[in-house]
Amino acid sequence: MTEGSTAAVHGAGGAAPSGNLLFGPQPNVAEAAGYPDAPPRMGFFTDTSVCIGCKACEVACKEWNAVPEDGLELTGMSYDNTQGLGADTWRHVAFIEQRKPLGGQEPGVHHGGFDVFEAARQLGASPSSPGPGATAPPPESAPAGAPAGEISPVSPDGRTELRWLMSSDVCKHCTHAACLDVCPTGALFRTEFGTVVVQEDVCNGCGYCVPACPYGVIDQREGDGRVWKCTLCYDRLGVGMEPACAKACPTDSIQFGPLEELRERAAARVAQLHAAGVTDARLYGESPDDGVGGDGAFFLLLDEPEVYGLPPDPVVTTRDLPAMWRHAAMAAASLAALGIASFVRRPR
Amino acid sequence: MSGSDVTRGGVGGSQPGRDALTGARGGRGRHRRRRGRGEQPMVPEARFSSYYGKPVLNKPTWKPLDIAGYLWLGGLAGGSSLLAAGAQATGRPALARAAKLGAAGAISASLAALVHDLGRPARFLNMLRVFKPTSPMNMGSWLLAGYAPLTVAAAAAEVTGRYRMLGAGATAAAAVLGPAVATYTAVLISDTAVPSWHEGYREMPFVFAGSGASAAAGLALACVPTGQAGPARRMAVLGAALEMGTFQLMKRRMGLVAEPFEQGGPHKLLRAAELLTAGGAALSALAGRRGSRPLAVAAGAALLSGSAALRFGVFHAGVASAEDPKYTVVPQRERLRTRAG
Ligand code: SF4
Ligand code: SF4
Repeated sequence: MTEGSTAAVHGAGGAAPSGNLLFGPQPNVAEAAGYPDAPPRMGFFTDTSVCIGCKACEVACKEWNAVPEDGLELTGMSYDNTQGLGADTWRHVAFIEQRKPLGGQEPGVHHGGFDVFEAARQLGASPSSPGPGATAPPPESAPAGAPAGEISPVSPDGRTELRWLMSSDVCKHCTHAACLDVCPTGALFRTEFGTVVVQEDVCNGCGYCVPACPYGVIDQREGDGRVWKCTLCYDRLGVGMEPACAKACPTDSIQFGPLEELRERAAARVAQLHAAGVTDARLYGESPDDGVGGDGAFFLLLDEPEVYGLPPDPVVTTRDLPAMWRHAAMAAASLAALGIASFVRRPR
Repeated sequence: MSGSDVTRGGVGGSQPGRDALTGARGGRGRHRRRRGRGEQPMVPEARFSSYYGKPVLNKPTWKPLDIAGYLWLGGLAGGSSLLAAGAQATGRPALARAAKLGAAGAISASLAALVHDLGRPARFLNMLRVFKPTSPMNMGSWLLAGYAPLTVAAAAAEVTGRYRMLGAGATAAAAVLGPAVATYTAVLISDTAVPSWHEGYREMPFVFAGSGASAAAGLALACVPTGQAGPARRMAVLGAALEMGTFQLMKRRMGLVAEPFEQGGPHKLLRAAELLTAGGAALSALAGRRGSRPLAVAAGAALLSGSAALRFGVFHAGVASAEDPKYTVVPQRERLRTRAG
């Protein structure tokens, strides 16, 4: 994977990068894309540790952007029936259930010796539970075997670990966006906010961007032929409003703002979570040194990225494009030589 | 929930394999384990996590017939242009005629396939509204915009017998662009996140070059009298050797992501490609020695279909690699582990 190509792209030195790099840190994407007085780069910080899986973001996105319905199916795999990002899903809330405690978790299901099931069964039937007004049996009347003062075990071996991970996924608005790089029509473009947007009046539906995206975000809409994805609400940004999903998020799991500020906020949040004992907390996509030069929309995750359906180490495919062109040129030369060799002597 | 009922008596009705387990090596992705007759896996089964076995990538939306056909026809055209120019220079009129017509026909059909595959075919010309070296499809469009008219001019001059000088010039110019037409398609598919396409970017252009040469040779063998088909026979053998040799090299280099080439439908196609190409090359040599037309026609048909089978095999293997999270997650994890030291 790592060949001379990286060095070739970085050019000599590799100091303060300017112009269109294919790979590596790029502190000023909008300027490199040709906006002289660009506003600060805007993005999302999705803090999944406070996501409650309400899907308000999915709904708000569909509403604001008039994204068509794309099947009302029940997957049966989890509470997630949206399944993944695509042409008609620009926000997707992943749902994961794990046998693992959330660090420092206060489950809040402490029964204190009180058994609700038993109490319910006794309701109105037993003299100690004659009906409304007298629902609490004396602690010693709890049935044998019910653990006093503990959480009811949820697994046969008595373990009580359980956590739900929820995460609202979205287009990453990559610093080096493969979709944008490979688009042959220029339909995909970089906005002054440093985001990546499709111009639906230019896209000819060649579909090249679809397999180019290392995150599986952009896709072709059936019956329409063109591709669609999150625009980071380009229309709302233009008039100084925040994107619909961030606006709708009731827990501020989705935070919108200048990328620099979000990165600071995210670093502080990780430190806070680590201090609270949630050692699983980590940032994903925030580093300008990663394979796509950092994401404009990055995440705080509580497990490995692949658990959420995210690639653990995505690399923009065009990083290797100079090497690809070189190899293709050599192959073309070989083919020409092969052609000449076929004629040099008359076989008979 | 993960499909189990939590009761006071414990957990009942649990459905194994539905849990999203913890960590990088937690669960095993649910992937088809079809493997050709008793073949050994190239890499030991890897354990990895995924989101309910769902793919990380969105798979290509390209229609197999259009795009695999486009790859094949591009190679056929590029190789034919070489044969046309060589035949013209060495005075083999029948070979030149077949190759010129073949190049023009193949490239026209491939353009038609490309346009047909677009979600908005009427916007085809949007491909030429920018000049964008980071987009192989854009570069390819410009290349074809130059190449296709040249082949058509060469073929038209050949058929009508007029403007011979112009026709000769067009033939020569098409031969200069031809090899690029045959190999750029490898960059086209490699410049994606599709594991089994991207990881082969070093050798794929050579595979496609060989495949294009053998297809062009096949067409010539099928259409040209044996006396003039000598160069086509040599091209068949050289092209087949280049294609098969570099394909083996590519698979060896790719590691885990070579697996989709060895499984299921793609494997059958690629096996057929191997047999047809090797058989076609051998037959063509034999046909040359015996001077037998029927043998030459059979060799030509085998080479043409072998080249097509290769493109379809590569196409479907790529799609399969995008559909299975294993090929995205495991190599990336491996990379992270190596980097961490
Ligand atoms: S490559 Fe994918 S994630 Fe990155 S900007 Fe394009 S669609 Fe979004
Ligand atoms: S489908 Fe549209 S946006 Fe995607 S690469 Fe093709 S022209 Fe560009």
